[in-house]
Amino acid sequence: MGKASGTRGAYWPVLFILLTLLLSCQRQQGGLSVVGSTSVEPFAEALAEEYMIHHQQEKIFVQGGGSSAGIQAVRTGAAEVGMSSRNLLDSEKDLVAVPIIYDAIAVIVHPDNPLKGLTLEQVRKIFSAELTRWNELGGRKHPITLVTREEGSGTREAFQKMIMGSTEISLSALVQDSNGAIRQVVADDRNAIGYISLGLVNERVRALAIDEIEASVENIQQRRYKIVRPFLFVFKSSPQGLARNFLDYILSPAGQKLLVQEGLVSMNPLPESRKEARR
Amino acid sequence: MFREKVLEKSFLLIALSSISILALIAFFIFQQGIPLMWKVGPNSFLLGDRWFPSKESFGIFPMIVGSFWVTLGSLVVGVPLGVACAIFLCELTPPAIAMVLRPMIQLLAAIPSVIYGFWGLIVLVPIIRDSLGGPGLSILAGSLVLGIMILPTIISIAEDSLRALPRSYKEGALSLGATHWQTIWRVLLPAARSGIASSVILGMGRAIGETMAMIMILGNAAQMPHSILDSARTLTTNIGIEMGYASGDHRQALFATGVVLFFIIMALNSLALFLSRRRRA
Amino acid sequence: MRMRISRHHTQALAKGVIWVAAFSTLVVMFWILYQVLREGLPRLHFEFFLQAPRQMGRAGGISSTIIGTIALTIVAIVIATPLGVGTAIFLREYTRESRVSRVIRFGTDCLAGVPSIIFGLFGFVFFVIFLGLGWSILSGGLTLATMILPTIICTAEEAIKAVPYTYREASFALGGTRWQTIRKMVLPNALPGILTGLLLGVGRSVGETAAVILTAGSSFITPGSLFSPIRTMAVHFYILAREGISMEMAYATGAALILLILAINMAANWLMYRYVHRA
Repeated sequence: MGKASGTRGAYWPVLFILLTLLLSCQRQQGGLSVVGSTSVEPFAEALAEEYMIHHQQEKIFVQGGGSSAGIQAVRTGAAEVGMSSRNLLDSEKDLVAVPIIYDAIAVIVHPDNPLKGLTLEQVRKIFSAELTRWNELGGRKHPITLVTREEGSGTREAFQKMIMGSTEISLSALVQDSNGAIRQVVADDRNAIGYISLGLVNERVRALAIDEIEASVENIQQRRYKIVRPFLFVFKSSPQGLARNFLDYILSPAGQKLLVQEGLVSMNPLPESRKEARR
Repeated sequence: MFREKVLEKSFLLIALSSISILALIAFFIFQQGIPLMWKVGPNSFLLGDRWFPSKESFGIFPMIVGSFWVTLGSLVVGVPLGVACAIFLCELTPPAIAMVLRPMIQLLAAIPSVIYGFWGLIVLVPIIRDSLGGPGLSILAGSLVLGIMILPTIISIAEDSLRALPRSYKEGALSLGATHWQTIWRVLLPAARSGIASSVILGMGRAIGETMAMIMILGNAAQMPHSILDSARTLTTNIGIEMGYASGDHRQALFATGVVLFFIIMALNSLALFLSRRRRA
Repeated sequence: MRMRISRHHTQALAKGVIWVAAFSTLVVMFWILYQVLREGLPRLHFEFFLQAPRQMGRAGGISSTIIGTIALTIVAIVIATPLGVGTAIFLREYTRESRVSRVIRFGTDCLAGVPSIIFGLFGFVFFVIFLGLGWSILSGGLTLATMILPTIICTAEEAIKAVPYTYREASFALGGTRWQTIRKMVLPNALPGILTGLLLGVGRSVGETAAVILTAGSSFITPGSLFSPIRTMAVHFYILAREGISMEMAYATGAALILLILAINMAANWLMYRYVHRA
């Protein structure tokens, strides 16, 4: 009658081991693990949702953690697919990366902020905390609240490379670990400025024009708005099975259409040289 | 008889599980963290004030300071209010009401920290930002929310210690002509002080270890905070924010942060144990 | 003694201050709960519990997170209970205060104080990476088991301690062995107390977020096996709240979470009540 009564108590570990063995057989059919960039995450989830509607028996698990996390996960085998919103570093070149769509980084402010645009130089000065108050840019006399992504973020990496160049982002900046969280902070704080994936800009924040060029899909395709980075799916080796099928779906017209509808920019391979900052 | 011996030995093995898990945790954390601390130099790790992993700067002093201020703030909020509530429950309300309130306070202790963090984000942060300035995501917000989170712990334990006092203390004081308040202030509280101290230490332990709610409302700027309206990072949020993806030195640095946290918590724990043993003795 | 303020006035003042402080504190604490419940309860309808989240949580319900929470908790309890109750039995029945028992208690007390993020770090490095279990219910459950172990040991020990020695004496007098005594006399009588401890462990598992994200991942589709990643209700709430995806969904999930905790707590209280009455 007791909890671990008699020899029944000994059966627990045995039962457990059996259960584990049984279920470990299922591991192969466990599903596809897609891990990494929080910029790519919502879109990968939308794609996965669509895919699973048409393939009821498959399971695709999508989760965030940041571009570097995704790449790491693929390398250690914790995930089959990594999502990255930055290009692979030299040290990561042994992995296979496939661009699935392109996305721009938008510098965002609160909708009530009177600013409509900034120069690249001004953005640099703001994020390095050289300029600290909005009145230095023609606004009210309030301190600027900087919001940035955490260090392993592909978005931050891209922002650093394409906008900041060799200037450091100030340590006084608030750090949030996803695009959504940055958007949330900027949407609530009139003095905030941050950067997120263009595809995630909604009516609660406003994207600024950089050097007089609006962050619009047209400008991106015309190569006028240059702060663009690829969304990559990263694999340990050439993708097989469910990973391959999912990738094929994403690269198909149906998959691309879904992504473009969400605000991303379809595949127009940009030459590498155009994407770095000119400094 | 043999079966009994086997059973005894098996139970011994099972019983060693908790200490083995502890050892395992310590082993893994230390194994990852200590080499990095050594490589960077304990001095520059613990006292360095620049945390910039991409440039190989691993100073966690701002995080230590952040943890310190947030925890201190939470104690400033939690201890007086907690002890006040304990006195309230124990001495100033009829037992019937106290019997209703006590389980409700236990319920509050079980509420997940993310709910408190959410409330802080939605309610406190805008208020602080609009009326006191700064981004709102600040040490002040963190301290207030953390203080509220540790209140149930402090209240339950402090109240338990008050109730555990022999009735003779109170009756003796009253019969000598002391007022109720004098009895509480000069007799009961001092007598329960080691229990109250334990509750404070436990609350402090919980405060130092809190992660998710703090990530939500501290703003996580990796800077040395200069005022309570500044954003800051604690040792725990430092790990939580960057853990997902860090690799190589960066990951090891986060484990090293874990080592520091480990030591701090162990020290606190030992203090709490020492105090509670004294109380039981 | 200064007679400037009479001690009765001091008393009135002090009591007044305490009343105000305590009253406002309790009000604030319950107001927090009330706010979440007020916004969230109206949104809790049947479909909410039966549908999985869709569109990153903007639509649909929380069925997969409920499954995830339950699965994780079950794994944690299944592992922690034999270990915890076994430890308590050993401490109370098979040994006196000795070096061994002191070491065990020290280990348990220390484990109880370790912050959840450290458990998360450990679980990530040990279960997810080292043992290769990946982000899964298994990794999460094992990690949670280590977290709730001290609680179960502590309450089980108290429960066993509370069984009067006369029960054991009677059993020994009738020729019972130690194990028979434990199995037939001690454990059945300690059962309510042990169950209370289990419920406390369940409560903790339900509310835990940091360690769960690091070990069980954050994918929100319905899991397929013990090796699938899952999102628990607490994690789902956290993500919704931070990313500002949908405040209504966040409130609703929060309300569901609070109700669950309430139910667990009430069960624990009822058990303790019955237990006290029995003794």
